[in-house]
Amino acid sequence: MTEYSSRMHTHRERYGLLWRFHLDWALLMGLLALMSVALLVVYSAGGQDYMVQQSMRFALGIAAMIVIAQVPPRLLKLWAPALYVIGIIMLVIVDVVGVIGKGAQRWLDLGFIRFQPSELMKIAVPMLLAWYFADRPLPPRLTHIAIAGGLILLPVGLIALQPDLGTALLIAASGFMVLWLAGLPWQLLLAGGIGVAGLAPLLWYFYMLDYQRQRVLTFLDPESDPLGAGYHIIQSKIAIGSGGLYGKGYFQGTQSQLEFVPERHTDFIFAVIGEEFGLLGGLVLLALFAFIIIRGLYIANQAQDTFSRLLAGALALTFFVYVFVNMGMVSGILPVVGVPLPLVSYGGTAAVTLLAGFGVLMSVHTHRRLLTS
Amino acid sequence: MNRRMRMKDPVAETSLFFVRATIAAGVVGLLTLVLATRLFYLQIVEHHQYRTLADRNRISVQPIAPTRGLIYDRNGVLLAENRSSFALEMIPAKVTDIAATLDQLASIVTITDDDRERFAAERKQHRRDQPVPIRSRLSDREVAVFASNQHRFPGVTLTGRLIRYYPFGPQLVHALGYVGRINDKEWEKLDQNNYAATQHIGKLGLEKHYEDVLHGAAGFQEVETDVHDRVVRVLNRVPPIPGRDLHLHLDSGLQMAALSALGDQRGVVIAVDPNTGGVLALVSAPGYDPNPFVTGIDRLSYQGLLESPDVPLYNRALLGVYPPGSTVKPVLALAGLNTGATTIERKIFDPGWFKLPGDDRRYRDWVLNKGLPAHGWLDVRFAISQSCDTYFYDLANRMGIDKLSEQMQRFGFGQLTGIDVDEEVRGLLPTREWKRRARKDAWYPGETISVGIGQGYWSATSLQLVNAAATLANGGVRRELRMVDSIGSLDNAQKVSAPLAAVQPEVASPAYLEVVRGGMRDVVMASNGTARKAFVGVNYDAAGKTGTAQVTSYGQNEKYDATKIDERFRDNALFIGFAPFDKPQIAVAVLVENVIGGGASNAAPIARRVMDHYLAQSREPNAKRDQEPAHD
Repeated sequence: MTEYSSRMHTHRERYGLLWRFHLDWALLMGLLALMSVALLVVYSAGGQDYMVQQSMRFALGIAAMIVIAQVPPRLLKLWAPALYVIGIIMLVIVDVVGVIGKGAQRWLDLGFIRFQPSELMKIAVPMLLAWYFADRPLPPRLTHIAIAGGLILLPVGLIALQPDLGTALLIAASGFMVLWLAGLPWQLLLAGGIGVAGLAPLLWYFYMLDYQRQRVLTFLDPESDPLGAGYHIIQSKIAIGSGGLYGKGYFQGTQSQLEFVPERHTDFIFAVIGEEFGLLGGLVLLALFAFIIIRGLYIANQAQDTFSRLLAGALALTFFVYVFVNMGMVSGILPVVGVPLPLVSYGGTAAVTLLAGFGVLMSVHTHRRLLTS
Repeated sequence: MNRRMRMKDPVAETSLFFVRATIAAGVVGLLTLVLATRLFYLQIVEHHQYRTLADRNRISVQPIAPTRGLIYDRNGVLLAENRSSFALEMIPAKVTDIAATLDQLASIVTITDDDRERFAAERKQHRRDQPVPIRSRLSDREVAVFASNQHRFPGVTLTGRLIRYYPFGPQLVHALGYVGRINDKEWEKLDQNNYAATQHIGKLGLEKHYEDVLHGAAGFQEVETDVHDRVVRVLNRVPPIPGRDLHLHLDSGLQMAALSALGDQRGVVIAVDPNTGGVLALVSAPGYDPNPFVTGIDRLSYQGLLESPDVPLYNRALLGVYPPGSTVKPVLALAGLNTGATTIERKIFDPGWFKLPGDDRRYRDWVLNKGLPAHGWLDVRFAISQSCDTYFYDLANRMGIDKLSEQMQRFGFGQLTGIDVDEEVRGLLPTREWKRRARKDAWYPGETISVGIGQGYWSATSLQLVNAAATLANGGVRRELRMVDSIGSLDNAQKVSAPLAAVQPEVASPAYLEVVRGGMRDVVMASNGTARKAFVGVNYDAAGKTGTAQVTSYGQNEKYDATKIDERFRDNALFIGFAPFDKPQIAVAVLVENVIGGGASNAAPIARRVMDHYLAQSREPNAKRDQEPAHD
């Protein structure tokens, strides 16, 4: 304990101010570096207006992160069920409004602000699961796993009804991460894998819409429809491939500047990075992501209670799922699903949610001393 | 583990979490490696291929049409020029509802039913991604209205192009030909790179014959385009090489004089400089305006031209074959002298008709039709000046068809004159072999008799006649006829093959020529010459030969009365001639279709006016020719 206290002491001396605001310097540096890259690339891909817009969103997100970092994990744990219930209620409202409006509905219009409840669930679901497992012996018993599964599937089902398959899958993944870290038995994982594989054909025939099926087919053979559904992925691969080792240079990407790459400032922004900064740029970005994730896992491992550990670990791993799904899609190894590149793609709500998530991580890390004492 | 025994074990949970987190980190590392490998594969292994694809995306090569060479007359008068004109075009592949688009267009720009029909027809001939013309020659107002509405019509473009324009219209169409839109058949035979941006090609006449010279070479530019096909910048440009200009021997003033001399009659007037073979005037009347053909003539107007009884589309100068009649008598006389069938001194007695030995059929001389006395005794020179049929019946009979045909070939009959346009035809110079092949019949001596006065099976083009006149004029040298004098830009015209090499350096000895030319001089200048009246009061010496050719045959004793038969069956009037006699500068052939009277009264006066015009102009020493041609 003395050794531990002295290390804390060192932290406080070296990073006193940051520590006082409950911020983790390493995570903060990583995130700021990532956001700087994002602004640079958004400038090239979308122009100055987009960059300014995005800066403002980042500022909002950082503010959210700082605020949440101040909230000690025990409070987060306390609020978790309430947050989850509120989220579910809003999802139901959104779905009902969507049915009335005869179309997809993802937004809740509160008059002064439009809010996407599924974004809230990205944090609320892992929080609730971490809460659920926190006071139970781990590895969990089958009944608890089943109940946890139900808690995951409820919001996932509601979001899938909107329909927003991408977000539904990401939230399922975040719940799964908690299960995994809580000690999901291997046999069950295997069985679950087989179950999902068995479920896939049912999804294909009964849930997926034509355009979604088309995306999967196109993924398997993009050249079959070069001007239609395959266009995105073909042009994106051309952009990345033509970038080569060093890239064509900032603002020099012909694929992106001449608008051959669709959605180049949102979901396909990595194609711009690959084209203008080449393999080196891509690897630097991957390294940044890896650093943030590893730091997140480290924080989780350092956490001193089960709730913090599970939540922190799940958030870090979910972040990676985002990265992998987006880059896998843009580079053509996964089908096209509407998942942005976290903290890089232009777009507001997702960035704020993600930064709020990192606020949770920072809170977990910087409130340890209080917990131990 | 028993259910009751289970409770939280912080140490075990910490290590469980550590194991799980480590496995997760391993998976994260593995998947990151997968992404990195994927990037390496795309950006290093397949880089070259994707680089090429990216360039193909952004760089497109656009052809640039060269400017078509202009056509000038000998005095620098512009005969064929390029005028800028705006047209509406549609790329069908970019339009979803073509009919609706046309309807909307019609609300702001005039689009007739005919335009629609032509558009539909042209659409079938074009690829879907190629522009198809909707309307050409938009007015300034239409251009402005469309330009401000352009956003409503994706796939429809307003293009400014240089369009061929023929300021002389119908007056020179048969001399110049015209250009029209390239059709599928032509496109297959063309160098498609060189014509990638060109819409028009020479269809007829000079425009067709000199297509290679006039067209030039296409240029191209490599442009960077964005995904909407908008040009962002030009990367590389190879300018087109403009087509070269043609400078003709033709004298537009002389052409006008010939046209006005012909009046509203149907016929041909061709004038040639006998020293070079250069064509000074080439009239085929009536003509038609070629300008609508350039952009696509509407069906109704075209139908009108096709059905006109005057057949204006028919190029009589190049395609028209007519019995040459008496105009060929000087040439036949030379043939007779060449072959020994007659001599300069030999005289025969003309009773007004000719009979083959042992045959009762009388071949009548033209004097009988006019109720004039027979010619009596005459030699070859007098026979020419009097156009005595009997003398030439006898001459042809003595030569026989084989020698006659062989001699006429020396003068170019039955052959192309080699003029630099493609449509020229050979006409028909009958031979024994021809008759066996074409008519499956033997040659009869009686048939030679009518050939002897330029009738029978013999049909010739006006080009062959003027060529014969030029050959007689310049002392027996037969040259190829040429429209184009030189090729090049206005400043540095490069002479091409002029004066032209002789095809036949000598058709007869000077002595024979002198006699025959003398006979032709008498036709025009002597008090009893057949064309004397037409040349009363000329201030130069000229020579010529009249002709009146039947277009249909009559019974032996049938009386021909032009005023009583259908106009289409009336005789054709002909005249060939040259002037001045001693040092000829112009040779002329005139043909007037279906006249009352003959060559002397219908064709000779036209030839005279042409000669008058040309010689009056050249008497002011090189007045016009040395002037700097007017530039626009």
